[in-house]
Amino acid sequence: MQRHLISAADLTRDDAVLILDTAEEMARVADRPIKKLPTLRGRTIVNLFFEDSTRTRISFEAAEKRLSADVINFTAKGSSVSKGESLKDTAQTLEAMGVDAVVIRHGASGAPYRLANSGWIDAAVINAGDGTHQHPTQALLDAFTMRRRLIGRDAGIGQDLSGKRITIVGDVLHSRVARSNVDLLHTLGAEVTLVAPPTLVPVGVESWPCAVSYDLDSTLPKCDAVMMLRVQRERMNAAFFPTEREYARRYGLDGDRMAKLPEHAVVMHPGPMVRGMEITAEVADSDRCTAVEQVANGVSIRMAVLYLLLGGNEPAVTHTRTEEK
Amino acid sequence: MSKILIRGAKVLGGAPQDVLIDGETIAEVGSGLSAEGAEVVEADGKVLLPGLVDLHTHLREPGREDSETVLTGTRAAASGGYTAVFAMANTFPVADTAGVVEQVWRLGREHGYCDVHPIGAVTVGLEGRKLAELGAMHESAAGVTVFSDDGKCVDDAVIMRRALEYVKAFGGVVAQHAQEPRLTEGAQMNEGVVSAELGLGGWPAVAEESIIARDVLLADHVGSRVHICHLSTAGSVEIVRWAKSRGIDVTAEVTPHHLLLTDELVRTYNPVYKVNPPLRTERDVLALREALADGTIDIVATDHAPHPHEDKDCEWAAAAMGMVGLETALSVVQETMVDTGLLDWAGVADRMSVKPARIGQATGHGRPVSAGEPANLTLVDTEYRGRVDPAGFASRSRNTPYEGRELPGRVTHTWLRGKATLVDGKLT
Ligand SMILES: [Zn+2]
Repeated sequence: MQRHLISAADLTRDDAVLILDTAEEMARVADRPIKKLPTLRGRTIVNLFFEDSTRTRISFEAAEKRLSADVINFTAKGSSVSKGESLKDTAQTLEAMGVDAVVIRHGASGAPYRLANSGWIDAAVINAGDGTHQHPTQALLDAFTMRRRLIGRDAGIGQDLSGKRITIVGDVLHSRVARSNVDLLHTLGAEVTLVAPPTLVPVGVESWPCAVSYDLDSTLPKCDAVMMLRVQRERMNAAFFPTEREYARRYGLDGDRMAKLPEHAVVMHPGPMVRGMEITAEVADSDRCTAVEQVANGVSIRMAVLYLLLGGNEPAVTHTRTEEK
Repeated sequence: MSKILIRGAKVLGGAPQDVLIDGETIAEVGSGLSAEGAEVVEADGKVLLPGLVDLHTHLREPGREDSETVLTGTRAAASGGYTAVFAMANTFPVADTAGVVEQVWRLGREHGYCDVHPIGAVTVGLEGRKLAELGAMHESAAGVTVFSDDGKCVDDAVIMRRALEYVKAFGGVVAQHAQEPRLTEGAQMNEGVVSAELGLGGWPAVAEESIIARDVLLADHVGSRVHICHLSTAGSVEIVRWAKSRGIDVTAEVTPHHLLLTDELVRTYNPVYKVNPPLRTERDVLALREALADGTIDIVATDHAPHPHEDKDCEWAAAAMGMVGLETALSVVQETMVDTGLLDWAGVADRMSVKPARIGQATGHGRPVSAGEPANLTLVDTEYRGRVDPAGFASRSRNTPYEGRELPGRVTHTWLRGKATLVDGKLT
């Protein structure tokens, strides 16, 4: 594994499977009465959030605490892009404090890459979402969720997603989740189809390792998982599509559409869900929908990533069992 | 009067000749000229060109003297072989009045490294709404002939039409920064395969091409002259080629960096590659080189855009756009145009001196290297190979995309009206 996790595209198949397998081990910790491992005791991790995201920050924080790391939350909302120096200044402050890892969320694409590659800081850098670029741990938790649902918790160990057909629906243009998922799912052997109105597909998408369709109905019967992306309401004013109603009619997932999916197929959503436009309540609340599991799996994945980037070479869980005695 | 004998220089890349400078003018060009009473510069094997002229320089003074001043900028120009630069109007205050352009012009004269021709703003405050006093700027001591809102596009079609018509009264030209503003909202880099992957806001080629298409049609309609700044796409080349074939009075410039670098470099997220218009694709680069060679693109202009370190040492989105270029322009042109066989040195003289001087009406520059002409000259060691080291730059800012890169050629001497501004690579 590399020292940083900036992009899902940086992961090899073996890296990715190792993370998923490690996350299964980590998930077992959550089933115990004491949900804590001493693995990262004495290590300091900073959650550096230039952009609001309570969900992601809490998920990382839970993962860090379960691994016994010392956690510092640093929220710099609003100060990010307008004042360019702030990222470098903050990085150097953290460096002076001897931080071991920085989990960074930033509104500007490439900010985590700059942080990791500019010589400003020596710590490991984990991208928790940058602009419209990447959100690699989200892609990992999505893949983890799919592997569990489509292959099985134990049967999935060591497996990738070869042959699985995944449809990603919605605002691909502005979505770091879509970019990360296309990269990772391709690495794991899945076939990805993006579905969106042409206005929400980036120019240049033809170089991505996936198919693109403007028609949701025709793709549904042939997919194993359909992943709904968030569509922000302000896109409507920017003429990406005519009306919310029209978007929902063409690209929203309702009960009728869900019925076109194969029996085993799952519906995924990175949350928070905007019910009505992109997904109806009926779909969101069905057992087909994995949104809640995705949240739980997020903690396991982030534990696995932190452990593998910082924890050294020994197995995470077996090592600690002896300590528990 | 001081005499200088430049001995054995390949004038415009041709056979070696001696060039005798007497005072401010070239006295004689020939072989075996007498060195009597003259300081001798041995130029064996070097190429002698008319002093370079840059139609697109940002000197930042007044207002951003932390980035560059007229003094540091003209020293950088002399280092790069330039004897005249046209200073863009986007300063603070904006160069939209006779007072500001005269100040810039006078500073250039006082420092004496390079003639500074201020460019006047087309509209008040570069705001695109109201024409600036174009006539007053022309009649000022600065004698402004080139007008531009560079940094911003004159996107209102009516204002652009009026500006084109108005400057006809005194033979001026409007230099357009072609960027359709709505199509480039939030733009961070060229829109294409790389932007899709990096998730950076796209600056589509059509935003440049649509404005160029509109402006050549406007120039045609009102019978005026338009100049296109830093043309950057293959499609823009096609439009200019078409316009010229129709007899429309359009000229165009390309920057050195658009002749060499592509948007693949943005993968580093290093803001040193952030520039407007953005670095484009390999296909565009090749089309620009061809167009410069065949004359569709008339000139090379640097778009020298100095920025202090802190404006580049940050995340991509927060960084300023622009690159310094005066001190590396000739080397990049040698690498991309001469060493590739697309242009000979006479062609370089044409694209970097003769034509820009003509477009900007800098009389006295871009003249033939022959007796009786002003001694504005540049001597180039074309055999030199070396890595670019910004620490040695005369420019106050060091935002060069070529740091550490090997580039050919080095300007060793520059003379402005017979006075050396650069000797053996050192400023006087
Ligand atoms: Zn410009």
